[in-house]
Amino acid sequence: MKKQTVDSRPTGPKPWYDPRIRSIFFQFVAIALVFWGGWTLVDNTLTNMESRGISTGFGFLDETAGFGIIMSLVPYDATMTYGRTFLVGLMNTLLVSAMGIVTATILGFIIGVARLSSNWLVAKLALVYIEVIRNIPLLLQIFFWYFAVLGSLPSPRQSVEVADSFFLNNRGLYLPEPMPQEGFGLVWGAVIAAIVAVVGLRAWAKKRQLATGQIFPTFKVGVAILVILPTVAYLATGTPLEWELPALKGFNFGGGITIIPELAALWIALSLYTASFIAEIVRSGILSVSKGQTEAAKALGIPNSLTLRLVVIPQAMRVIIPPLTSQYLNLTKNSSLATAIGYPDLVAVFMGTTLNQTGQAVEVVAITMAVYLTISLAISLFMNIYNRAAAIKER
Amino acid sequence: MAEPMLKPPKIAISPITWVRQNLFSGWYNTLLTLVVGYLLVVGVGPVFSWLFFDATFLGSEPSDCTGTGACWLFISERLNFFIYGFYPDDLQWRVDVMFGLLALSFVPQFIERFPGRKWFGLFGLTGLPVVGYFLVPGGNFGLEVVESSKWGGLMLTLILAYIGILASLPIGIVLALGRRSEMPIIRGICVVFIEVWRAVPLITVLFMASVMLPLFLPDGMNFEKLMRALIGITLWQSAYMAEVIRGGLQAIPRGQYEAADALGLGYWKKTGLIILPQALKMVIPGIVNTFISLFKDTTLVLIIGLFDILGTVQSTITDPAWQNVAIEGYVFVAFCFWVFCFGISRYSQNLERKLDTGHRT
Repeated sequence: MKKQTVDSRPTGPKPWYDPRIRSIFFQFVAIALVFWGGWTLVDNTLTNMESRGISTGFGFLDETAGFGIIMSLVPYDATMTYGRTFLVGLMNTLLVSAMGIVTATILGFIIGVARLSSNWLVAKLALVYIEVIRNIPLLLQIFFWYFAVLGSLPSPRQSVEVADSFFLNNRGLYLPEPMPQEGFGLVWGAVIAAIVAVVGLRAWAKKRQLATGQIFPTFKVGVAILVILPTVAYLATGTPLEWELPALKGFNFGGGITIIPELAALWIALSLYTASFIAEIVRSGILSVSKGQTEAAKALGIPNSLTLRLVVIPQAMRVIIPPLTSQYLNLTKNSSLATAIGYPDLVAVFMGTTLNQTGQAVEVVAITMAVYLTISLAISLFMNIYNRAAAIKER
Repeated sequence: MAEPMLKPPKIAISPITWVRQNLFSGWYNTLLTLVVGYLLVVGVGPVFSWLFFDATFLGSEPSDCTGTGACWLFISERLNFFIYGFYPDDLQWRVDVMFGLLALSFVPQFIERFPGRKWFGLFGLTGLPVVGYFLVPGGNFGLEVVESSKWGGLMLTLILAYIGILASLPIGIVLALGRRSEMPIIRGICVVFIEVWRAVPLITVLFMASVMLPLFLPDGMNFEKLMRALIGITLWQSAYMAEVIRGGLQAIPRGQYEAADALGLGYWKKTGLIILPQALKMVIPGIVNTFISLFKDTTLVLIIGLFDILGTVQSTITDPAWQNVAIEGYVFVAFCFWVFCFGISRYSQNLERKLDTGHRT
């Protein structure tokens, strides 16, 4: 018998109903729209800049800035370039962000744990703190600390002083500055050696525990090594560290480390504000560990302190870390509010003064946005790596 | 026969037992309670007496503030400026009407049994902006024009937050759908748009809107400062909105998509009739939370020279006629924001509990 070769499949859809063709068409339209929009913007911008006599390009970065900045971590004066002002601003942003992240984390963890305290008074106090602080705009809090609190401090001549070495007045907080003398490098060497020793000790203790089941008090011994080794080195080399004390010279203080009030206000406000969010994250993280886990640990006879360290905290961290990193990112972005009180951060120095002087809005804004974009991408990259490492390994 | 259901035994806790259990269980807790309580009494006492007992409430002149406490006269004397900015006195009824309509649309949302409260809310989202568009700036129907540079205070804060959230909602929906699209190029465009806006601080966005937007536009086309700020806020906010809505879209079980496909619904019908209604309902609390953060962030517009409520206070506390009223001013603004934000966040928590249908996977 002869096989029939009639194609019984239905004919394909009309091309304009074919999802594949449609999808290609829509994407083509989208690309065309984006390019058209982008081209219009660039064209408009170039025309506008030409008619206003604004130069283009990044050549301005090598020109002399000619303005002073009240605080810089790298050497800076008015004769340096706009490129240098960018660096100064960036360093100041990173400084206040790092300071804020450290204090906000510590404070946030304390308040978050206090929120779960069995003591009614402490728990309610933590609740009130969280509900008050996070419902008030950050900018207002910065203003409050800067204008209302730090602004009402006494003048340099009437400074609040502690032990003749710490001074607080409306120009800032003055601290003694450590001046490493010759031979201090050895102390640094001791610190590094102590860290290496502790890492080694930890590996050894873990190996021993796996083999014998005996627990070695790694934490206590580790702290002892970290304290004793550098101290011995410090004393053995003949205390090669001197302190430069701040002193009143004329109308202001000289010497020592100065924390300008702008930095202090920003730091305090950022820490307090972010801590209220971190506290809630910590609370929900700890609550997310199911009760069965602690009960199982108890049933196995694991002591309370170890249960917390080995069972509860690792599981809570898995919930805490992702929102925590996004809070860090928020803090870094919020540090740009510095410009409102005149702390010379990236936005204030570069997007403020440099932009005003050069008028090259496009380049300056692009560089500033690129910096924040880089920080944000770096943090989300870190978070993805962490998530992959910390995700529950199911078998 | 089934066992008769017994009610759980009543546990009566006397106040003394409660105090012992919650405050003084063990020496550690007792010590903690005493120390914290002492600090509280020492710290909060002076604050309260400054705020209320020693404060001046009556009078009209700066010289009436004689007490050692807060000088609330500063607030009551300048209240008009803090609420309306430079809006002309005889036209302020227009703003009052808007305040009234705003309250009418949203206060019923807090009352469970209010008849037809959905319709009030719908009016708030659709009719209210239209009424506001004609009423606040004037210019039509024989209403006198009030330039946007004269708007200020609480009124401006509410306008910025409200328009910002309302305008960013549709853009956010489109971006969220785009990010979940199967077309790689459309998805790519949406991802880049969302991530770039989310990565930069609002302040750079506002700077950009006020400095760069005029450069982007063709000659002869320009916006007022307020409009520029609104465009910046809307674009920035729409990226956050997109992420919130994407969360809702991801929470819809796959079966819903497949069931819609099985019924032969096309993309737009599937999205508009099946997916979005469920997803949007799910993310209402998230939207409310973004609204709260936007509401707080609107204070940043004072940096580009708009007078929102914080801006008006900030510009008056340096008035030489009043001495040292900075703290009073800040406390007033903080209180305004706190009432709004705390109220709304309570509402959103309530909503979250009610909307939790329990069939989320």
